[in-house]
Amino acid sequence: MAEVALRQVSKRFGEIEAVRELSLAIASGEFVVLLGPTGAGKTTTLRLIAGLERPDHGSVSIDGRDVTKEPPAARDIAFVFQQYSLYPHLTAYENLAFPLRAPGRRLSEAEIQKRVQDVAELLRISHKLGNRATRLSGGEMQRVAIGRALVRRPAIYLMDEPLSSLDAKLRAELRLELKRIQANLGATVLYVTHDQTEAMTMAARIGVIRDGRLVQLGTPREIYESPCDLYVATRLGSPRINILSAELIPEATPRGAATIGVRTEHLKVTKPTGADLVGRVRRVEHLGDQNHVHIEYRGQALVTLADPHRPLSAGEDVGLSLVNPLYFDSAGRRIGVAAE
Amino acid sequence: MAQIRVDKLRKAFSDFVAVKDSSFTIEDGSFFVMLGPSGCGKTTTLRMIAGLELPSEGRILIDGDDVTLKRAAERDIAFVFQLFALYPHMNVADNIGFPLKCQRVARAEVRAQVREAARLLRIEHLLSSIVSGLSGGDRQRVALGRAIVRRPKAFLMDEPLGALDAELRRVMIEELRDLHDRIGATTIYVTHDQIEAMSMADRIAVMNHGVVEQIGAPQEVYDLPASLFVADFVGSPPMNFIPFEGAVRRGDKAVRIGGVNVDVPEVHEEGQAQSFVLGVRPENVALADDAPIRGRVFGAEYLGTTQIVTVDIAQGQIKARLPSTMPARPGETVGLAFKSPSLVLFEAASGRAMRSALHEGRGHG
Repeated sequence: MAEVALRQVSKRFGEIEAVRELSLAIASGEFVVLLGPTGAGKTTTLRLIAGLERPDHGSVSIDGRDVTKEPPAARDIAFVFQQYSLYPHLTAYENLAFPLRAPGRRLSEAEIQKRVQDVAELLRISHKLGNRATRLSGGEMQRVAIGRALVRRPAIYLMDEPLSSLDAKLRAELRLELKRIQANLGATVLYVTHDQTEAMTMAARIGVIRDGRLVQLGTPREIYESPCDLYVATRLGSPRINILSAELIPEATPRGAATIGVRTEHLKVTKPTGADLVGRVRRVEHLGDQNHVHIEYRGQALVTLADPHRPLSAGEDVGLSLVNPLYFDSAGRRIGVAAE
Repeated sequence: MAQIRVDKLRKAFSDFVAVKDSSFTIEDGSFFVMLGPSGCGKTTTLRMIAGLELPSEGRILIDGDDVTLKRAAERDIAFVFQLFALYPHMNVADNIGFPLKCQRVARAEVRAQVREAARLLRIEHLLSSIVSGLSGGDRQRVALGRAIVRRPKAFLMDEPLGALDAELRRVMIEELRDLHDRIGATTIYVTHDQIEAMSMADRIAVMNHGVVEQIGAPQEVYDLPASLFVADFVGSPPMNFIPFEGAVRRGDKAVRIGGVNVDVPEVHEEGQAQSFVLGVRPENVALADDAPIRGRVFGAEYLGTTQIVTVDIAQGQIKARLPSTMPARPGETVGLAFKSPSLVLFEAASGRAMRSALHEGRGHG
């Protein structure tokens, strides 16, 4: 396994600056997730590391070796794509063995068999090895696609939304599996997604990317609890963070605060009598394990969690109090961090 | 607006039975969701209600009127599809007004109706825009506008948010429910996404293999699933299942699993078999050092406010939803405590939930 470093990397396609002065270091054996919406530059970043694109500026190094000008094949990287591209006429076994039979690898059949079987066991598809690719379910096909990256034992795994074409249940299952496999192998992984749940549950560190720039890099907890700006604050959390104009809150707010970010855990819902802030329940959404309470406070909509069995109903007045919310200035930058 | 009744509806495509003997009533003005995996018969049911498919048996009544053999156009229903088919060469106002124009409504009237639909959808500022430049969310709003403008008796929606990404889907869920609250039209909505169903529905019908397994309010379906299938399909992560062998008798207040007594809501029927399943929702599992059910932490998934901790026990894997402040390290041995009043027992073979004190005082049926 190896470490990867991007230094001040930029890449432009015509008018579009896909990646801007991006620096990122991934430690050996680390699972880093780049999180951002479509068009943020996530995939371009992966392609720059893989050598499928060449940066306009900056450098890419693997284990301290500058590979900026090296072709993809010299970088010892495996790429897993969103759409699993398996050979339909081959069995799962043959699909897995294929990368090991590449010219120049010269592995013995016994060695190939051992590697394929080890990986199949890890991915829990040993019983499907004899099946043709077309006879596998979506989840099994994606496991084989991931397995094809694993058998090669590359220095680095790059994964581009590998779970997004799967249904919710399978995705949840494979999230945990992928994390387990990565930990078992001590693999270095850079994983790209727009799904905050994937980022939060799998990453050792998340890099939040926007308009080609890395906005914040940190552990899921750091990013969630201590976002550097309003954009990052809105990327993580379900229900989504509530954004209130500071003028609406009579309580003391730090100087320069223009908006207040209020997550569920920052908002206490109480009886209306004696409360400083009084809102009205508009709707209670029953999601089973939790209820989302939609509250209107001075024309602004707030969503928070409530105990599923606490009787709150539409039209009811409730008291609101803020507990250590996040403050942002007019440019969206976080302020008042030192005060925490 | 209308009440819709489906009576012993059945649909077979040669020897494949897509819908078996479905009966339910959708009250006037309610938001009704048909939820299930692909192939469960939900879309076929919707298409029969719309008049796009003829039932093999059974009847469909709209406001008491038997419409089973009426053509789609005679049913006064608007259908919203997953892929928003807009006319690319027309602007937003013309797209929304098109159904009225086809009905030869006077031009001034069309303009007023279009404006009203746009107001409801909060897209008045887009009326003169070209459709091809719109975002996914706005295109979907225009498609809805085209359904609203006709003032139909009911809206039928087939996975209208299926093509949108997670974030936009969340926004549209809010909007659709808000819109429903404003116009109060009877809505039947088909989806395989349990979050959409839980978020929007007044009542959910959970379907599997052409059969409606349960109909109820979202919280009821969640807390009192009628079958293993429903318990597994609704909830994310789904309900944990712990299989066990033994006898379950009327009046029992505990079951024995792996040599450990687990308190359960008082059982109100005789167990007919030997194999049972205990169901526990992830938020009703707690870590407790002294609890007799032991396991090893397999992994922890951080979600911000909460985390999902997966624990391997002798009977399988258990997921617990815990505050994210609670430490749980992979490999660690922990004890698991279940919130007894919430536990559900199922017969393993039939998958049917057994009646217990849990069902008392709650409209289960």
